[in-house]
Amino acid sequence: MALPSLTLLGQSLLSGLFIGALYGLLGLGLSLSWGMLRQINLAHFALAFLGAYLTYQLASVGMDPLATLALIVPFFFSLGALMHWLLARFSVSAFNSLLVSFGLTAIIEALIQWIWTADFRRMESGYGEVKFRVGSLYVALPELFTLAMALALSLLVWAWLRHTYAGKAMRAIAEDAPIAAAFGVDVRGLSLLLSGLCSAFAGVAGLCLALSYTLAPGQIYAWLGVVFAAVMLGGLGRPLGPLVAGIVIGVSEALTMAFTAPAWAPLVSFSLLIVVLLVRPGRI
Amino acid sequence: MRMRDLAGVAAAGIGLAAVPFFGLPAFYESFLYLVFHWIVLAVSWNILSGYSGYFSFGHGAFFGAGMYTTATLATKAGVPFLWTLPAAALVAAVFGVALGAVVFRLPRLRGELFALLTLAVTFVLATVVLNTPIDGGPGLYLSAVPLPAIGPSPSSTFYLLGLALALTTLWIAREIQRSRLGTGLFAIHDDEDVAEVLGVPTYRYKLAAFGLSCGLAGIAGGIQAMFISYVTVGETFSIAVPLNVVLMSVLGGSRHWFGPAVGAAAVTALLYAFTAGDYAVAGRAAVGLILILVILFLPEGIFGELIGALKRRRASVTPAVDASDLPAPSAAGPGKPENRPLLEARGLSKAFRGVQALAGVDLEVRRGEILGLVGPNGSGKSTLINVVSGHFRPDSGRILFEGSDLAALEAHCIARSGIARTYQIPRPFAHLSVLENVALPAMFGRDAQARPDAEREARRWLAFTGLAGKAMSLPGELNLHQRKFLELARALASRPNLLLLDEVFSGLTHAEIDDAIRLIREIRARGATIVFVEHVIRAVMELTDRVVVLSYGRVIAEGDPRAVMREPDVVTAYLGKPRA
Repeated sequence: MALPSLTLLGQSLLSGLFIGALYGLLGLGLSLSWGMLRQINLAHFALAFLGAYLTYQLASVGMDPLATLALIVPFFFSLGALMHWLLARFSVSAFNSLLVSFGLTAIIEALIQWIWTADFRRMESGYGEVKFRVGSLYVALPELFTLAMALALSLLVWAWLRHTYAGKAMRAIAEDAPIAAAFGVDVRGLSLLLSGLCSAFAGVAGLCLALSYTLAPGQIYAWLGVVFAAVMLGGLGRPLGPLVAGIVIGVSEALTMAFTAPAWAPLVSFSLLIVVLLVRPGRI
Repeated sequence: MRMRDLAGVAAAGIGLAAVPFFGLPAFYESFLYLVFHWIVLAVSWNILSGYSGYFSFGHGAFFGAGMYTTATLATKAGVPFLWTLPAAALVAAVFGVALGAVVFRLPRLRGELFALLTLAVTFVLATVVLNTPIDGGPGLYLSAVPLPAIGPSPSSTFYLLGLALALTTLWIAREIQRSRLGTGLFAIHDDEDVAEVLGVPTYRYKLAAFGLSCGLAGIAGGIQAMFISYVTVGETFSIAVPLNVVLMSVLGGSRHWFGPAVGAAAVTALLYAFTAGDYAVAGRAAVGLILILVILFLPEGIFGELIGALKRRRASVTPAVDASDLPAPSAAGPGKPENRPLLEARGLSKAFRGVQALAGVDLEVRRGEILGLVGPNGSGKSTLINVVSGHFRPDSGRILFEGSDLAALEAHCIARSGIARTYQIPRPFAHLSVLENVALPAMFGRDAQARPDAEREARRWLAFTGLAGKAMSLPGELNLHQRKFLELARALASRPNLLLLDEVFSGLTHAEIDDAIRLIREIRARGATIVFVEHVIRAVMELTDRVVVLSYGRVIAEGDPRAVMREPDVVTAYLGKPRA
């Protein structure tokens, strides 16, 4: 086995960092709704892809991809709040929320396939071509944007939960919702807000997906395992967890690809996840 | 009833097996094969996941293991197709048991974590198969493998194989549901810790169910490999298998062996109708929508709701109950404790992180006595009960029960040696009737009775505790007082030598406490030794022969109740130091 050159190694570390940021961005909403609202939203990935396809559609009629955020964010916020309302209305348990969102995933996937067909779609925008050169390494703008978004949103949520009254109330809800309600916390309102936010994050992640990746409905499931691994490794309900764990996974995957065959990369995250589940199950 | 059932099933089986010989079009045979295929997958999945509540999203992994075993053996080793099927079952079962042997040791990995872990295992297996010579990427062709001529045509051969496997799977699932294994699995579904403490060997039962479930999925995979004749990683380890299997079981009803079969037939027909009309995409959306609607509106599944309605109608006719032949009061008579110890604890310690709950407790329980265990909150009383009943393992020390050491035993073995306990907050099995709740410890306790005997025993104890009229109710329909007595009946049904009662009186009214005191006297009169943890001092004074006082995990006093409760140390422990 030939050792990869230093440049190649640097480039793969960098791409690991960037894909890790996307794992973190995708995982953020998932981790918050699981950890704080006890709703395991498998449909988070389908929502992200729906966001990606909507961005693609809006861009194809001439809108700037970044400007689509103005439509994507409120739309997904309402969708998430609606979903939470439905789950709360039927008091669906954590496990059943997994099943319900499993069903929702199948519906959204079919919807995407029906509207945009199963063919691969690639968004044409000016951003994809912009690259910076740092020494002998290249950085693409969409990837940088993804990293910035992931960092900004994770830190904002972290600060919100830590330093504002609403954020502290949210943490109280995560500990024990009925008790929080008894102390005057608006459990319903805050839960709706948080699930709206989680879903909006999925929309933002979708925009980043559309900027860097070729889209196909079947790809929805490709992200599921890795992102769940990042969410669980990062600790449920911790806003910075998915990003840190995502980057750890991304970089280890990139190194695996550099030193062995690319096809072995999926093994990394799952092995990490299985090891963590087996060795430190209390963490999750 | 049972014989008639069996005869009916056999007749249906023979009738179905004869179908291909009357010239059914190949198209229908293939469709029916697919129905049988999904019945096998859904019913086999249900054996672990439906009965015990360990929802696996990894059924595709075991199905895939079977597929690749058959494909590899048939194409690369030239093994005849039918001989590859037992191998497929074995590989899948061994894989499942190996996974279970690790995962089932970790009590945290229940519910959603188990589901996600098994899903992850599927993708890991897919990656390994894809990157090793097992597949390597291009997939495996089985078109050159000869198919034995069981039926008049290839499609009828698949039909017959599918039928045979579906009937076998249904029969196995039915037998399990009616056996001790099934009873144990349903108890695990509701409360695994309590099941273990009542004598159910939970670890072994989960492994057995997982192994069977995976093995059956493996055979289904082996047949399917031959049916589609081209095996690829992408198709085999897709999300479709777990999605469909979960949907079918939830739709049909996962608490009955036949439920998943109903769901499988319905979903397969639905998907087929959509595919035939070129609406495969809409079909998948419909499956998703149905899954959502069923979870929201029919949580018991179609078949489950039906059975539930039937049961409720039947329950209105309760059989006559007699409490007459309870075990007679022992010859020794009540109130004469012997001096020989039944249970001895020596230097028992248990810490939870920083908190030393038990700090070297020495204690003996004499045969036939009622020992009161008192002490302020947090003094280690409940921990002591939890350690003796095997819920926690002690950090150090010995527990001698009739001469043998319990400290290293698993909880279900402790239950079998004749120790029973109640929980301070009643923990009945929520989905089992009151009668089934009480019959379970009789089936898994010291005498390990068969179900009819256990139910007779249970009825006696229900009559004894005044719950006879509630035998067919679910525990959720009982009030606190009745639930406390259900705990008691459940502990008594295993006819323990030693009964550990954790605050049976808390939350009861004065009149209810009088009832309970009378019951406990009577239990002792029948020969049991009783340790009870209690805060209701009146009950302690009226009932106990001796008391032991714990404080900060140590025994600070023991002896005659009246004398002990006046000791300065005991008063201090409860009320603090008097200001001099």
